[in-house]
This record gives sequence, structure tokens and C-alpha cells, in this order.
Amino acid sequence: MAEDSSLSGGAPMHRGPYISMITNRTMNLLIRAAMLFMVGVFLALVLNLLQVQRNVTLFPPDVISSIFSSAWWLPPCCGTAAALIGLLYPCMDRRLGEPHKLKREWSNVMRCVAVFVGINHASAKVDFVNNVQLSLTLAALSVGLWWTFDRSRSGFGLGVIIAILATLATQLLVYNGVFQYTSPDFLYIRSWLPCIFFAGVITVGNIGRQLALYEYKVSQEKTHQD
Amino acid sequence: MTVRERLRQNISAAFYRHGLLCASYPVPIILFTSASILTCCYPLLKLPLPGTGPVEFTTGVRDYSTPSHESQGDLSERPDWYRGPPVAYIQQVLVKAAVSPWDNSLVPVDVFRSPLGRVFSVLEEIRNHVYTDRSLEALCLQVTDLLPGLRRMQAVLPEHGCLLVSPGNYWQNRRDLFDADPDLLKTVHQHEPKGLHTSATLKDLLFGVPGKQTGVNLYSKKRVVTYTITIALSSYDARFVASLRARLKQLHPSANCTLREDHMVHVHFKEEIGIAELIPLVTTYIILFAYIYFSTRKIDMVKSKWGLALAAVVTVLSSLLMSVGLCTLFGLTPTLNGGEIFPYLVVVIGLENVLVLTKSVVSTPVDLEVKLRIAQGLSNESWSIMKNMATELCIILIGYFTFVPAIQEFCLFAVVGLVSDFFLQMFFFTTVLSIDIRRMELADLNRRLPAEAGMPPPKPGPLRPRETPPPPRPSPHTITLQAPAFRNLRLPKRLRVVYFLARTRLAQRIIMVGTVIWIGILVYTDPAGLRTFLAAQVSEQSPLGEAGLPPHLGVAPVFPGGDPTSTLSGLPAPEPTPLPENQSQGHRAAHPEVAPVSSPQITWGPEDEELWRRLSFRHWPSLFSYYNITLAKRYISILPVIPVTLHLSPQEAIDTRHPQDTHHAPPPSIKTSDLQTDLTLYKVAALGLFAGVVLVLLLFCLYRVLCPRNYGQNGVPHGRRRRGDLPCDEYGYSPPISEISPLLLRGHSMDIECLASDGMLLASCCLVGHIRVWDAQTGDCLTVIPNNGLRRSSSSGCWEHRDGWDHISACEAENIFPIRRRTTPARPALFGDQPDLTPLIDTNFGLSPPSQALSSSGFDFGGLVEKAYQEHEPSPTLAFPPSPPASQQRRRSLGDQPVLPPELPPQNNGDWDSSVWAMELRGNLIATGRSSGKLELWDAVEGSLRCSNEDGVSGITALAFLNNRIVAARLNGSLDFFTVEITKPLGLLQYRGPPGRGSLPPSPCYSSEDVISCQLTRSVQCAHQKPITVLKAAAGRVVTGSQDHTVRVYRLEDSCCLFTLQGHSGGITAIYIDQTMVLASGGQDGTICVWDVLTGSRVSHVYGHRGDVTSLVCTTSCIISSGLDDLICIWDRSTGIKLYSIQQEVGCGASLGVISESLLVTGGQGCVSFWDLNYGDLLQTVYLGQSSEGQSVRQLLVLDNAAIVCDFGSELSLVYVPSVLEKLD
Repeated sequence: MAEDSSLSGGAPMHRGPYISMITNRTMNLLIRAAMLFMVGVFLALVLNLLQVQRNVTLFPPDVISSIFSSAWWLPPCCGTAAALIGLLYPCMDRRLGEPHKLKREWSNVMRCVAVFVGINHASAKVDFVNNVQLSLTLAALSVGLWWTFDRSRSGFGLGVIIAILATLATQLLVYNGVFQYTSPDFLYIRSWLPCIFFAGVITVGNIGRQLALYEYKVSQEKTHQD
Repeated sequence: MTVRERLRQNISAAFYRHGLLCASYPVPIILFTSASILTCCYPLLKLPLPGTGPVEFTTGVRDYSTPSHESQGDLSERPDWYRGPPVAYIQQVLVKAAVSPWDNSLVPVDVFRSPLGRVFSVLEEIRNHVYTDRSLEALCLQVTDLLPGLRRMQAVLPEHGCLLVSPGNYWQNRRDLFDADPDLLKTVHQHEPKGLHTSATLKDLLFGVPGKQTGVNLYSKKRVVTYTITIALSSYDARFVASLRARLKQLHPSANCTLREDHMVHVHFKEEIGIAELIPLVTTYIILFAYIYFSTRKIDMVKSKWGLALAAVVTVLSSLLMSVGLCTLFGLTPTLNGGEIFPYLVVVIGLENVLVLTKSVVSTPVDLEVKLRIAQGLSNESWSIMKNMATELCIILIGYFTFVPAIQEFCLFAVVGLVSDFFLQMFFFTTVLSIDIRRMELADLNRRLPAEAGMPPPKPGPLRPRETPPPPRPSPHTITLQAPAFRNLRLPKRLRVVYFLARTRLAQRIIMVGTVIWIGILVYTDPAGLRTFLAAQVSEQSPLGEAGLPPHLGVAPVFPGGDPTSTLSGLPAPEPTPLPENQSQGHRAAHPEVAPVSSPQITWGPEDEELWRRLSFRHWPSLFSYYNITLAKRYISILPVIPVTLHLSPQEAIDTRHPQDTHHAPPPSIKTSDLQTDLTLYKVAALGLFAGVVLVLLLFCLYRVLCPRNYGQNGVPHGRRRRGDLPCDEYGYSPPISEISPLLLRGHSMDIECLASDGMLLASCCLVGHIRVWDAQTGDCLTVIPNNGLRRSSSSGCWEHRDGWDHISACEAENIFPIRRRTTPARPALFGDQPDLTPLIDTNFGLSPPSQALSSSGFDFGGLVEKAYQEHEPSPTLAFPPSPPASQQRRRSLGDQPVLPPELPPQNNGDWDSSVWAMELRGNLIATGRSSGKLELWDAVEGSLRCSNEDGVSGITALAFLNNRIVAARLNGSLDFFTVEITKPLGLLQYRGPPGRGSLPPSPCYSSEDVISCQLTRSVQCAHQKPITVLKAAAGRVVTGSQDHTVRVYRLEDSCCLFTLQGHSGGITAIYIDQTMVLASGGQDGTICVWDVLTGSRVSHVYGHRGDVTSLVCTTSCIISSGLDDLICIWDRSTGIKLYSIQQEVGCGASLGVISESLLVTGGQGCVSFWDLNYGDLLQTVYLGQSSEGQSVRQLLVLDNAAIVCDFGSELSLVYVPSVLEKLD
């Protein structure tokens, strides 16, 4: 991807193989992190828009400005989290020694992202009878997402842990009054939030794994040379 | 389980029959499918088109009453939104004013200054109108503040009062400001937005008529000013409105006005889709397209990729349409927003089945009939398709039982969509696929015919059953791949993309399509605006009703001075009292009075009745939205307009002049005015062009981002070739069994270690040390040289030693890896001071497969030797650590031999304790280099040891056998040159046929009577500092590569070192040299160097791989390298530019061979793949065995008779180049 240009320009031929490998690896990491960050920011913006658009006024300029002004820190946070998770997943796969085998293709990743956006869409737009039903449905959908696109125990575990942590963080943020939900039903937040977090973690992990697919072998070589 | 099996068989059989049916009658089936699609989509016609355009409903004025909130059931013609009071009643007073008669003493500003000035008096009249104590103030819609973002409009739009807008708002409804305004046009236009604006502008809002029709400009030909005074009423009082109408009509009679006044129109507005709602929608669509792109990219090996991809998309889309249509038919009206759920439906239904079907069909043997191929492909995939479908249906059913209406509806659509998708896949797509495959066959046939004309008759089909031995081939022949002319160009892919773009003019077409789409969107979103614009254009070009009609001589007064530009006007202007309207009373507006071309004339036509229709349909929503009143999902009622006609005398116009009006610049030439009017058109065109360009750029960026195939020299290979995945699919898809079965050469009990061939014979050596000689043509085993003696076996003879071996392995049956764990208790210690290094050394240095765990040590023997020493000291009989079971494991050459039977004494002439590390075959002599340093020469036919040489003690790591010289490279870095001498009868007997490579000097063949001796002629003790890893000889040169980062070139005749080539920064792992003195070397640093053998200079140097270069082959135009990163890279030999790369499976990277200039063969997981070198296309994959898992091809040898020998575990596979290759070229 963007790596081509950076490497073709930046890696002179005469450099030693070891150094260039190191540079490549760090470059790879950086580029992967940057891409994941952008994905996270983009998803955060879009999904945030999805969440707030129920209260849209008629003036597009106002809506845009309100989105970019009210929670400017939200997209970068999501981006950073996405980068971390996306790097964590392949790393953990490697540490555990059970590489992710299931359907590693970009079309599947796209499908996963689409389903994730769909889950968000459902949470924002579909009118449910009560919150329990909404949460249960979303939980089922999230687990279905995991089953369809991940199926690894490590992925599930990491997803659950991060979802719990993120929910906790959101609770704290809301408790401290940084922002609030319109109709909280689970302490201070909406009860479907953990499901969304879980699905997001799975999705970003999928993307991260797919990105890491190219770097996998090289890094492995390197660890052996160490 | 039996039920399952039976079910599976039944399904498979059904699919097979269905495939036959589809491929047999393609046209009727496609017709039938199209008909059913159309039938199912027919109910969609009844659905309202989605969109945000307003909906109208007309009622009479007389019996109008505000509709109640409850729906009245019987009034079916009433739309369901027509309930409750409207947001507002809109009463427009349409004023048409003109200065008449026109006087040439008047300046252009007079056209609109005084008519606009009259708006204040009319406004005054309206405001002050009272009907039975009801004034406008009581009835009108009271508005409050403007929205905060509209400060600049505060001076113009009314606040805190009646919503009453007119052009007078520009001057705060004050006559004195108007009179003091030096430049009216500037005032009007200063609020206009810059650029093209599709929604309502302030001018539209205040004038209430489309901007073109106001007549407020300097170049108006008609000189009639039109504007409206718009009043928004909150409640409808029929009598008040009627009295206002009567009053205005009375004051300003419109003589020939026949406007209908009995209808009011209710306009209902849909929900506005703001940009905020569009962004998620667009995102989902982008994701959807990315999904479709990535999916259809995998369609391969068909005639027309684009056609099939289109068919796949059509299948999915029409199944969705069918589902919506069917649901509508059965009374389920879709309440969901179709556009929103559509991407999710596509993702749920998916393109996977279609792709799997395609892949399965194209993997069937190509020499079958099309019908059978389709049927086989279908039946191969039937079970997985049915399973997937059942799973999806189950999931959707679960979703249905959530009892959430929206989800239930979604699930319903998805179920119907899935079923119809299945139907379409089975009938539509399968048939299209069969047509495509048939086209491919026909095209191939057509292409073949001219090529065959100049060629020898094609050889019979290479499909040979493995039971019957093939007939002996008359002569080894190479495949000559005749190619079309352009094929020889062998352009890089990026150039081919550029040429493709240039040839098809893709960019231009995309721009054109983009423009058309953009204009279409424009028309769709702003129909009124563009229509009025076009109408204005048309009307300006052909003034209707003026020049077109014959002059009405008797009535129409002629004003000779009417034309300001006319030079005829010398007469004073006549008195304006005889108004043309008055004279033409009784004439209908449609047949208007003919006036001089330029005389202002006020006409009322049916088009004036509903002038608001020509406004943008966002006119009313935007007017109300300024006051934070939304019209979304609500309606307004528009009352019939009140026409007002104003005639002003020239004197009046002159009186109201502002002093600066006369100083106004003279009207510019007509041309510039045309230019100005056409400016909008240009803007539209330019914007469309811009949109197209942006679209193309976006597509290009998407291509670059999503399809990162790497063409650069130093680039990191990012793009995995998906095509290469065919053999090892991670997609849950097991490849069907190929019908082209290779010839399996069985006999070895262990993995095959060394392979050597001279074209006619094939020698192989397995881990145990048995050497078998095969006929490379027929695959018969000619000789077996077991390692326990000089026992010669016939080709069919039993192998005595095998029993002993079996016995041993039976003893260790519980052990999974008996060989690798074996200790060597009975091994006599040949070198007492040395540990046994044999397990540490990979004899085949050129073919070191990449490994997961142990490969990083590369060829660095030092550490391993140390370790072995340490292990050797405490326990000489220590078991070797068990090898990891992964097949990707680097295969160590294990020097373990089976236990010698005690009754067999160790013989002198055979070194049975050391393993064979290197083997070469020339003529009928097999040269083997052993780990003990012994060089042996065997007779390949008789299996007898002809001579041996024990001059060296260090293990022979590589051998080269050229003419009558043998070069042996040893572990200690020394290089020994041997000469093979034949002492007795000198007659050279050819073993059989001419030797293969024509360019080679014929290898000596020896008869069995010869006494052959092998003499060490020269030994270069310190050829390299470190172990020699590669040794290649050709064209009288011997090239060695070593761990010490250098390559040395020796002359074969006098063993003189010619060059020491330095340039690598790692040990040398691969060398290629051929008759044309091309020398290429690859090292552990991943670089590939090309050298000039004559001068010793480096020609090119490329950084090719991450990790070791494991194998190198050159053709006349390119270099093919493989590395530990499992990539096969193809480089241009002259420029060193990487053409493309092929992603190999893990562990199979090193096995490759070149059959001809354009045919590459690579080994894979249980298969070999053939590639077109020019294009990098996968041509065919041949599976070596039934169980394709586990075994991977590590060594691959291309024979001269177009056969490929590869090791396949303990077996050898002889693969003849399959038919697809001939078909292709």
C-alpha cells in the first residue's frame, strides 16, 4: 500500500540487510498503526454521525460544526484504540502461536466491517420495544459476528476484556460529566454499549490481522535472527 | 452418518444433473430466468419511486375545509398525508408591470425601476386591507427570529411579524431607501450566493418567480417585470382572501387574465435527507463496493472476468429486486428505507456462492466437455452450498424470532432474497458460466488453428492413466510455445494497464459517464431549476408568439420608436393611453396581440397560474426553514394567485429615476450578454467535468490502495497473488481432484534427498541412501543401488534390504518419527575425534525450503557444530531431538542409516555409513558425494560401483559433473577437481539416444567393460573460508558460492581461479550459470547479483527478497528468483526491474523450474502449478496425489522431454506438461 512508495524511496540498496529489515519492520508497524488509526477515526466519525442524526436540525452546516466541535477528542481516541487493538491482535496471535486461519481475505474483512456498521445502524435506527431486547439482539449479533469472521478463542477473550474495559471507561467519563447519554439504562450509559465495543474490537482486530498478514513472516524471521 | 452421506450423494447427483441441463440448454434457461426476474419485479412498478420530491394534491377552493386529523375512510383518492391543517396557506400576488409604451428616451434601468417601485404601494394596500374587522395581521403566519446562522439575512427577511415577502424586502419595505438606491441590480444580486446553487436563492424567495422570469435585468427584451408578493397565512379565511383578491383586481385590473382561481394545491414534502444522514449511507455503500470488488477480483481463469463479475453482481441485485417485488406482491409493503438496508442485504446474501461455483468449475479438467465440466463443478460444490444456505436460513430465522418489527422485516426480505438468489445462481449464473467456458474453448480452438499450421502435429493428449505405461516417446522434445506477436512483448503490467486504458479510452468514458450521472442527479434533485433554465434558454432563442404569428394589422398599433436600437425613431413617442391591452380586449392570451418586437406587453397565460411550480422544490422548505419551521413530512396549501397588472407611463418611469441611472454603462454587446446567460451552462459543464475527474482520481486511488501489487524494484511485496491461492485455498474450499494424474515413481521408503537427471535417466537418492535409477521417459525403475552392498536388483526385483528395514520400523512402530529419532548404535566410528555432523547439514543448499523455527540459522554451521560437539561429548548415542512435525520444517539431511545387519561386514568399496550428500548423473555414470568425503562412481545401468576416491575426508557438499571432470566441493571449503579416465576400450557407447541438452558437449558414456578411474587432479585447499554451499558448472566454468559471502569462478580445464566476486553481504545460497555465460547469484541477504563471467564485473544488483534467496533461474529475458519469503519474483534481466511476483505457499518457495521461455513451473502443497511467464497468469495446477495435504514439493527438476520430476515425500512424480498449456498458446 503506502509502503511501496516509502520503501522504494527510502531503502537504498546498499544498506545492510539487517538494518533494512529493522527499518522495514518499524516502518511496517508505523504504517499499520497509521492505517488502523485512520480507520478508527473514520468509523468513529461515521458512527457518531449515525448516533446523533436523530436530533438533526435542518441546517447541515450546524450539524457538521457541532459534530466536529462537541467531541473533537472522540475520533482520535477511537483511532488510537483501533491502532492499539489492531496491532495487539496479530501480536497476540503470534505469541500464542495459533495463527488465525479462517478466511483471511479482504472481501471477508469488508463483509465484517459492513456487518459492524449494520449493527451500529440497528442500534441507532431500529425501534425496539425495550432496552433489554435491544441489548440482547445486539449481543447476539456481535457474537454472530465473532463466529462468522473470527472464531478464535483469543479473539473472543480479548474482545470481551476490551469491551469491559471500554465500558468501564465510558462509565467513568459519563460519571465525571464529560458527556452523557440521552436515555441511560445501564448505570450511566446505554446497555448495548458493550456489544458495540465487542463488535468493534472484533472488526478492528480482523483488519489488523489482515494488514499484519504481509508482515508476519518477516517479523518471524527477525525474531529468530535475534 | 449414513443419512448424511446419502443426502450428500443425492444432492451431488441432483446438482450434476442440473449442471448438465444448464449447460445443454443455455438460451432457453436464460430466457426463462429473465422472464421470471421480470415477473417478480413487476410489482415494483406500483411502488412510488424513492426520492425527496414533493407530492401534490389538488382540491377545489369553493368547498375547501381544513382536513381533519382522522382519516376518512371513503375518500380513497386522498393521500394519507392530507390530514390536519397545513403548515401554512401560501397566497401569492403575482405582479406584472411594464412601462408602456416604451420610449427610446428611456434607459434600460427604467425597465424595472419604476415597476419595482410600485411594489410598495401594493404592499401597503395588502397590509391595510381589512375585511369585516379581520386584517392580515390576524390571519397571517407569525414568525419569530431567524435562525442564528442567518444574521446576514436579517435585514432582508421579515422578523417578528407576518411572513410576507416581496422584492420590497430588499429595501426594508421602505420607499425612501428604494428611491435612494443608486444601483438596484447590485442590491438584488449582493445576496446571491457565489457559484452554482441548486436550491432556492434569496432572489427566488423574494421575487417568488424563477430568476429568469423576473425581467429585472438590463437586457430584458420583453421589458416586463414579474414578481410576487408572497403571504403566508396561518389560517384560511375564504372571505378575507376573496375580498383581498377582489380589491386588488379592482385596483389593478388585469384585462385579459383568464387564470383559473378554483383550485388550491397541497404540497407535501418528504423528509429531507441531510448531509448528516448521507454520510453513513455513503459509507455503507463504499464498504459494499469494496466488498464486491474484493470478491469479484477472485474470479479467475475464465474467458471474460468482467462479464462474469457483472453476472455475479446482476445475480445478487436482481435477487434483491425479486425479493422486494415478491414481498410487495404478497402485501408486505416495505416500510424500511430501501436505500439504507440494501447494502446489508447484499452483504448478507453475498457473492461467495457464485465465486465458489466459478472456482469449482474452472478447476475441473479442461479437456472434458463443457457440459461435464459444469456438472462436475456444480456437484463438487453442492454440499457446501447447501450447507451454507441452510446455515444462513437458520440464522435469519433466529433473527425473525426477535419480534422486532424492523428486524423481522429485514429477515423476511433476506429470506426471500436468499431463496431467489439461490434460484438465480442455479439457473442464471450457472448458464452464464457455461456460456463463458464454452467461449473460452472456442477461442482457444480458434487461436490454435493458425499456430498449428507451421508446427509439427501436436502430441497426443498427455492425460495418461497411471496404470498403463505410456508408449515410449520417439524423441525427447521440448514444447515450443508459439505465441501471438504481442505476447512476445512481455510488457510490465503497469504498461499494459496504461495501454489498456489508452486502447479502450477508459478514462474518457468514465468521465463521460460521470458527467451524465452528475447531470442526471442535478436534474433529479433540482428538476424545477434546470427545467426553467432550459425553458428560458429555449424561449430566448425562439420568441414564441411574437415573430411566429402573422401580424394582426387592424388592431396592433405599431410603435416605430419602440426599438431603442432602431435608427428610424425620429417621431415623438405617442401618448401611452391607448394601452395595447385595452385594444386587444377579447383576445385570448394564448393568441396574443401582435406587437412590435420590442414593445412591452403584459400577457397572462396558463403558465402563470402556477408559477411556483417552476421554482425549486426546495423553495418553500428553505423559506420556512429560515424560521426553524420544517416542512418535512408536512404539507402547505397554495392558494390560487392573485394577478395584478401595472402599467406605468414613461413619464412616471422618468420621474422615479435615480440620478445615477442615466450614467449607467451602455449595454454591452449582445454577445457578452449571451455569454453571461450561458455562464450557468458552462458552470454546469465544468462542474460535471470536475466531478468526472474527481471520480476517476478516486477510482485510481482506490485501485492503488486496494490493489497494491508491487511493480517497483525495491518495493516490499505486499500484494499477495490471490490467483496463486488456488492450490491452497484458505476459503474452506477443497480443490477438486484433477484428472491429469502424474506418473508416480514408487520405490523409495524414505523421503527423497537428491535428484539428478541427464534427460534420459533419472537418479534419485533417498534419506536412507538408496539410489534408484529410473527411465525418465516411461518411469520404469531400471536399477536399485541399495546401501548395504553391491546387490544389483532388476527393475522389478524385490529389495532384500527392505525386509530388514521394515523390521526395524516395526520395532519402533509406536514412534511417530522413527527415522529422525533413531540413534545409531551400530555405527562404526569412522572419525573418532569428530562428532557426527551429518544431521546438521543440508546437502541441498540451493533448495533450502524456508522454515518456521530453525531456518534463521541459515547455513551458519558454527553454532550447530558447537552444539553437536557438546552433545557428542557426554553421550555419543544421544537421540536427536525430535523434529517438529510441521511439513514446513527445514529438512535436515539425516545421516542415519538403518542398522546394519550384523552378518554383513562393512565392505571396502562402499561407504555405507555416510549418507549421500550430492549426486550427479552423466551418461550412465552416477557420481555420488558422501558425507565421509568419499566420491563414488556408479554404473547407472548395472548398479555396480565403478570406482571410488577417498582422497578427501571432509564431506562433499556439492558435485558438478561436466564432460569427464568432476568437481567436488567440501565442507571445509576446499574444492577438488577429479578427472575420470577410461583406460580400456575407448569406444564410447551411447547408452540410449542422444543426450538431452543439445548445446552441451555429449557426456561420455561408458560401457560396462571400461575400467574407470577417478583421479584427483587438483585440490584447492582453501577455496573458501567457510563451507561451500553452491557449486555450479557450465560453459567450462565452475562457480562456487560459499558462506564467506563470495562467489568464485574457476576454469574447469586447469582449475584456475579466475575471479572472486564480492558483492553480497551474506552467504551465497543460490547460483545460476548457463551456457551463455550468464551468472547470477543470490545470497542470504536477499540480494541477487548478475555478473559478467568474462570480466568479473557486476552487471546488476537488486534487493529481491526478505531472507535468503533460495533458487535462481534465468531465461533469456528474465531472472526468476525465489526466497525464504515464499515469493517468486520475476525480474527483467537487462534492467533489473521487478516485473511481478508470485506468492507461493509456505515451504514451497524454492521449487521452481523453467520449461520454456514462457512457462514456469512451481511446486506447491501437493501440487505443481504452471505459470505463464509473460503475464504471470496461473495456467494450470496439477495435483500429485489424492491427499494433497501434508506433502509439499521441495525439489523440482525439469527434464528435456517436457516432463517435470518432483519429489513428493518418498515418491517421485513425473508430470507431463498438461494440455492447457498447449491450448493456451
